[in-house]
Amino acid sequence: MKSDLELVNVTKRYGETVAVKSINHHFRSGSYACLLGPSGCGKSTTLRMIAGHESVSDGSIVLAGRDVSHLPPAKRGTAMMFQSYALFPHLSVADNVSFSLKMKGIDAAKRRARAMEMLELVDMAKLGDRLPAQLSGGQQQRVALARALITEPQVLLLDEPLSALDPFLRIRMRAELKKLQRETGITFIHVTHGQDEALALADEIVVMNNAVIEQAGPAREIFDAPRTAFVARFIGAHNVIALPEGKVALRSDAIQLTDAQAAQLSGRITAIEYQGTHVALTAMVAGEQEVTVLLTDKEFFGAPRETGEAIGLAWDARSAHALSA
Amino acid sequence: MTAETDTPTASSAAPAARVGRRLPAAMVAWLQAAPLALVLGAFLVLPIIMIVIVSFWGATEYSIYPAFQFDNYQFLFGSPVTYKVFFNTFKYALITWAATLLIGFTVAYFLAFHVRSLTWQVALFLLCTIPFWTSNIIRMISWIPFLGRNGIANSTLISWGVIDEPLEWLLFSDFSVILAFVHLYTLFMVVPIFNTMMRIDRSLIEASYDAGATGWQTLWHVIVPLTKPGIMIGTIFVITLVMGDFITVRFMSGSQSANVGRLISNDIGLLQYPSAAATAVVLLITVLLVIGILLRFVNIRKEL
Repeated sequence: MKSDLELVNVTKRYGETVAVKSINHHFRSGSYACLLGPSGCGKSTTLRMIAGHESVSDGSIVLAGRDVSHLPPAKRGTAMMFQSYALFPHLSVADNVSFSLKMKGIDAAKRRARAMEMLELVDMAKLGDRLPAQLSGGQQQRVALARALITEPQVLLLDEPLSALDPFLRIRMRAELKKLQRETGITFIHVTHGQDEALALADEIVVMNNAVIEQAGPAREIFDAPRTAFVARFIGAHNVIALPEGKVALRSDAIQLTDAQAAQLSGRITAIEYQGTHVALTAMVAGEQEVTVLLTDKEFFGAPRETGEAIGLAWDARSAHALSA
Repeated sequence: MTAETDTPTASSAAPAARVGRRLPAAMVAWLQAAPLALVLGAFLVLPIIMIVIVSFWGATEYSIYPAFQFDNYQFLFGSPVTYKVFFNTFKYALITWAATLLIGFTVAYFLAFHVRSLTWQVALFLLCTIPFWTSNIIRMISWIPFLGRNGIANSTLISWGVIDEPLEWLLFSDFSVILAFVHLYTLFMVVPIFNTMMRIDRSLIEASYDAGATGWQTLWHVIVPLTKPGIMIGTIFVITLVMGDFITVRFMSGSQSANVGRLISNDIGLLQYPSAAATAVVLLITVLLVIGILLRFVNIRKEL
């Protein structure tokens, strides 16, 4: 309970448009949460409202039992890491990290020592005298992290922190983010539009769409049991199929190929894609619906299929999740 | 458009037939630079060389004659008037610089950070340039009826009871000269500073607030350092313009003050071209030195 963050009916309006529509959520202290959604869904606005860089139109943000909705950013106990890192280009790495201490009027020697401690934490102590422009993307991100953490926040807010990195570095930095979160025990709230990033990092995923929260829960729950068609599609690796009893979400790797009689659905293969460990078959079934079936390479090459072949699809009834929308 | 026949150096997708007749890349670059180089050579470098040459010539009351003598420079550096006038020129430049910087920075800051919509930014920016649709002289002269002994400023102040008799120093004084300079040249400060400010990433400002900085701290520790190149370009504009000016000083001081420009213009009026050329050379070197010193402080290259 000590540094839990609660959003209570938080709303953001820009004139007529509603960017965030009365959302409620409880972020547990010390957890790694991801706000996941397509661009324009309101996830960044939500994060910026928590940070205090965007005013709240309605509702309140409560951190550790204290309503912080109308406090300035630095008084909230949050720190933000910006999408492009927003390092001050005219200041050295160490001066960037100790900027907040300088603003508080702490003397130079103490600032330097504390900055070096933080740089040590992100493994950047050797480059303290460089300028941001002389650093690689990954290094800049570590400096930005150190700069955010030096304020000793209760909640660290990360706005698409990995989007500026190349794919290889992205995977490495995401492991480092996770490690840092475990070591510091600070609540991390991470905005992303990448479902793989969210699944890899988050203890809890909050999926947003059209200014509202579609579904929130532990990463496995979101992936295994999406509640809406949007979540099923956005999280990926799911088929959304309209059956006579209603729409269901079905993982593509939970479908087996059978002969036409025993099948729950029958169709014709339209595409076969080899993906290394897996082979993805796309089939057109009744009602002009496309269904993707993910087979392991062993399964597929044990009984190869051809494009155009008629097949039957079967699945365990427990793996089909009825969708509410 | 066959890729195979195109040479790797020719990046444009030109038809293969033209490749054979193409000039070497180095030649093309020289040709492209040539027109501007010729114009600058003919109208800037050559006249300056002429001035330097003439500055060593001799003159009598009615003629000038080619020579190589240092009389003009000796006279210039031997006269106390020169030092006084140079001092005056620096004084005008310094005060005008301080005033235009203060006003220019404030205006640019307002435009860049407080006006949110681009439409308003453009509209207000154009508003700033409207005075420039009339000539320098007209803008200058329009101050005279305002500042004169029975002018608008004095009569208003008297009617308000602020003063009992007209202020003498409003017109034909250093005050009016500097006022006119500030009026004429503030825009030269606004434009480059505004330009630099518009390039400052807004998330830097947020990052500063996030780190607990106040508005003033953000201004001083983030915005001012990042605006330095613009400030420097504006400074160079204003200082060179003020140091080279003579007409503003003549009109607004009522011919009671002098700067180097007036020294040169007087010499020319008396047909003392060699002497005028020598003064011009010294002024040019002075201005270049000032700019050289300024450029040591701030790297403006990334702004150009």
